[in-house]
Amino acid sequence: MTVVINCRVQPEDFALDHEYQALQRPDCGAVVLFCGLVREQFQPQDGSLPSDTLQALELEHYPGMTEQSIRAIAGQAAERFDLRAVTVVHRIGLLPLGAQIVLVGVAAPHRSDAFAACDMLMDYLKNQVPLWKKVHFLTGTSWADAKASDKQALARWQTPAR
Amino acid sequence: MSDTAFAPHSSLAAPVKVLFFAALREAIGHSELQLTLPAPLQISAVLALLSAESPQVQQALAGREVLAALNQQLVASTAWVSPGDEVALFPPVTGG
Repeated sequence: MTVVINCRVQPEDFALDHEYQALQRPDCGAVVLFCGLVREQFQPQDGSLPSDTLQALELEHYPGMTEQSIRAIAGQAAERFDLRAVTVVHRIGLLPLGAQIVLVGVAAPHRSDAFAACDMLMDYLKNQVPLWKKVHFLTGTSWADAKASDKQALARWQTPAR
Repeated sequence: MSDTAFAPHSSLAAPVKVLFFAALREAIGHSELQLTLPAPLQISAVLALLSAESPQVQQALAGREVLAALNQQLVASTAWVSPGDEVALFPPVTGG
């Protein structure tokens, strides 16, 4: 079964309705879309100052490898689940609070495959694709640390396929 | 530190391109350098060679978890690097 894979890494924003329409097919009863956003974060400060709030995230990537590894994980998801189309759009550059960061969209005949593939793709994006977040607070910037919980989530997919 | 400082042995072999990203790039102060290998080396030996050549690199690598990609594929530190290869070194990824 041919699976249409559409992967983009870009500074530009994306439009959910456009991506949704592009994923729809006559043989797919399910489209699952996940959108990751820059969320509010607070950083405690010394003394009586109010806590510092996140202003933006800055996304760095490895041009070439990022696109290639996203395509590879989309291919793995398509091997594991019954899918017809996968769209992954990941933004790079400076993204202010509330901005869209990432879109994962999956079209499948049935919803269980679409949900699971979307979940798997996000876990791989968090762990295996060369992208790094720098957090910008009012008082300074620092690189985000990788989370152990993201690594544990990935392990769910590394057991033999169903 | 100049990029040529990382070519300890003259060789006709194509240099290895070494790329650094994110926190590692900032700590080293360079995003890319060329390295001429005395012989095919494993990633771990390439790291040791880079550290031996530059205190700045040594300091940046010390105590830091570093992932490696060889020709744009994630690899273990035991992977072999040959002339003309592209090696990328970076901290654990945090995208998504």
